[in-house]
Amino acid sequence: MSGSSLPRVAGLVTLLVIACALPFTLSNFRLFQFSQVYIYAIAILGLNMLTGYNGQFSLGHGAFYAIGAYSSAIMMDRWNIAYGWTLPVAGVLCLIVGFLFGLPALRLEGLYLALATFSLALAVPQILKYFEHWTGGSQGIVLTKPGAPFGLKLNPDQWLYFVTLGVLALLFWLGANLLKGRIGRAIVAIRDNHIAAEAMGINTALYKSLVFGVSAAYTGVAGALSASVIAYVAPDSFNVFLSVTLLIGSVIGGLASISGAVFGALFIQFVPNWAQDISKAAPWAIFGIFLISFMYLMPFGIAGGIRLLWIRATRSRAQQGGRSAVPTQAHTTT
Amino acid sequence: MDIFIQQVVSGLATGGIYASLALALVMIYQATDVVNFAQGEMAMFATYICWSFINAGLPYWVAFLSTLGIAFVGGVVIERVVIRPVENAPILSIVMVTLGLLVICNSIAGWIWTYVQKPFPSPFPENPFRFGNIVFGAHDLGEIQVTLLVLLCIYLFFRFTPLGLAMRAAAHNPVSSRLVGIRVGWMLALGWGLAAVFGAVAGMMVAPVLTLEPNLMGGVQIYAFAAATLGGFTSPGGAVLGGFIVGVVENLVGTYVHFIGTELKFTVALAMIIVVLLVKPTGLFGTTVVKRV
Amino acid sequence: MSALLDVQALEAFYGRTKALHGVSFSMAKGGITTILGANGAGKTTTLRAISRMVRTTGTIRFEGEALERKATEQVVQLGIAHAPEGRGTFVHLTVEENLRLGAWGRRERGGLKDDFDRVFGYFPVLRERRRQAAGTLSGGEQQMLSVARALMLRPRLLLLDEPSLGLAPLVVREIFRILKTINQTGVSILLVEQNAALALDLADHVFLLETGRVVMEGPSEVLRKDDAIRRAYLGY
Repeated sequence: MSGSSLPRVAGLVTLLVIACALPFTLSNFRLFQFSQVYIYAIAILGLNMLTGYNGQFSLGHGAFYAIGAYSSAIMMDRWNIAYGWTLPVAGVLCLIVGFLFGLPALRLEGLYLALATFSLALAVPQILKYFEHWTGGSQGIVLTKPGAPFGLKLNPDQWLYFVTLGVLALLFWLGANLLKGRIGRAIVAIRDNHIAAEAMGINTALYKSLVFGVSAAYTGVAGALSASVIAYVAPDSFNVFLSVTLLIGSVIGGLASISGAVFGALFIQFVPNWAQDISKAAPWAIFGIFLISFMYLMPFGIAGGIRLLWIRATRSRAQQGGRSAVPTQAHTTT
Repeated sequence: MDIFIQQVVSGLATGGIYASLALALVMIYQATDVVNFAQGEMAMFATYICWSFINAGLPYWVAFLSTLGIAFVGGVVIERVVIRPVENAPILSIVMVTLGLLVICNSIAGWIWTYVQKPFPSPFPENPFRFGNIVFGAHDLGEIQVTLLVLLCIYLFFRFTPLGLAMRAAAHNPVSSRLVGIRVGWMLALGWGLAAVFGAVAGMMVAPVLTLEPNLMGGVQIYAFAAATLGGFTSPGGAVLGGFIVGVVENLVGTYVHFIGTELKFTVALAMIIVVLLVKPTGLFGTTVVKRV
Repeated sequence: MSALLDVQALEAFYGRTKALHGVSFSMAKGGITTILGANGAGKTTTLRAISRMVRTTGTIRFEGEALERKATEQVVQLGIAHAPEGRGTFVHLTVEENLRLGAWGRRERGGLKDDFDRVFGYFPVLRERRRQAAGTLSGGEQQMLSVARALMLRPRLLLLDEPSLGLAPLVVREIFRILKTINQTGVSILLVEQNAALALDLADHVFLLETGRVVMEGPSEVLRKDDAIRRAYLGY
């Protein structure tokens, strides 16, 4: 959004301050849930980059989440590497794997890519169980939650909350810079008109593979964080439903949107909780209903909906002689 | 050699199931460019309905045929009610809707019939058939017959009836179809109905083997995807052939390649899909669509 | 005599772009009317508007019945056959299947054999190729198939979009000769053409479109004889 950015910056700072205050007011369990939200938000942002901004449909992002989680778990469990270091390592590992996956993916159009990634997602638990020696097989790997450093008076849940919040802030700031600049525009151009982008001189092959890599890296870091926060990894947590969950979060929040990732994460974390109270089967039925309804009514997700409201509000002000209306960006939201 | 033949026949039996589901996927894809990710779950739901009929005392074939009828109506209704509102949206939006359908079908089935596995009867005799030293399960042979019968009926329908002709036209060229007075929307709905019928057949044939539970068709669906990919999403005949090939390969690989076993079976399907998509994305019999700029 | 087709203040839209700006005309029963104009003038859009393939405002009446709220399939059932730009043949289906489909929208069932005989009478080459896939026919043959398919409907009004496009002159002349014959059996024709000479020869009434507006209309003999008009708009 153009227009003055001061209100936006002020808004973000306020949110950040509130977020930092939460650990001192909420229970450990709630903090654990919010840490999960931040983790999902990072993973969903990764997916947004690939599917929303770049138009490559991935039904298999759970695989990268799993790679991040398991690589972090193995590093901590087998080689006693500190959890902090596992994050960048997981990120780089997923960047490479994602890039390598992105290369053959170049040849696959939308639906075929969806099919290939869906099949990948289906196969992940089996592959994890097969390489028992590394992954601990069906039983997974049990980890210990890291404690706060420098003797800070924070329990592990509070500390991990700050860690996930910090990583979230950093990765979102990096992502925003990436997506709003030249690179972001190139990525969107590729999505909107592949052939025209190529004709304009954008190296679509390189960009698409890079976006795959970066997207995988984000989701991988999220997975690595989850290994520490949950302190346990097991193959069945990374089945196809994880990939579908991330996609649902992405769609509900807003596919081509940065803030949407947070809305989506809040949705997928908290909705199943209160849905469980209704019935065991309810969470997924509700996810399904929401997914379908959003496709009908709000295909741009919550972030898109907010943006439309904002445009309508400022447009009516403009018509009353106020400041100039916000230019419509049909394809991306902030 | 005997084991080889047995495994091939057994593979053809499961291949028939994959062929049925793959045909359902391809029918819808040809008409709408959309892959219905919920096809397997819809099939599972139909199978549960058949189970309910049988449980209520209906004879098997009465339950079977009634289920086909209900599946048909269900498919038509889903297309008109759930898919139609988004039929002009980008393809991936429609795919998302089918994903939504997938999870809804799965969870509602679990809610109505619970996640406890239920045995599902086979209409074919218990005793296996013997040809010399080779033993064939009666269910396997029965499956192959049912699949071939259904495929034959469908082929005749599309080739020789006016409605079949209109459906083919609507799938290939909706604009021209409207111009000759075909109500394309209803042709699509009928297509979904037929696809649901194929899915139901697949479900009812595989349930006796795998036992009935909400995740019954998950594995079958990935093999059906492999079959449709291999045969070509634009070719119904290819999808059917692909189904039989995938069934036979799956069985032979499982039997003769020891490190695969049952744990990595999905990975075989995954590998097939990826290899085909990389080497010849349109499959063995599919045709490439050239894009006009 | 009330008009067969009466269009008033027709505006047509592709998305938000307006392609027709208040077109009005009528057609008498049994006549041949042609719409002329340069590329992009809105000729094809006019036919599409009648077939309800684009969003419109304004009125369209066929034999007194309003078409604005009807779907394409319903317009076909009223007896309006549309042979679209680019032929619109079902390329994967056989010639015979294409023709059979042409009769789908017909209200009266049966009598297909007579219809087949009739169209094969007009276009004998189609009888030879009846079992061939339509996509394997030459351009001229596909155009014939397109017209034949439209005729299978037993239409009262035939909408023809650029039948001469991409065809050799001899073939085009043949097709236009057959169109005259068809008209004499009572089928009214609304023809969109870029080949003004042939169209003026065939039609009894003409109107000229320019960027979505009717700029001139009248009987074809009048427009044919008017030198200034010919040179300015028709290029010869």
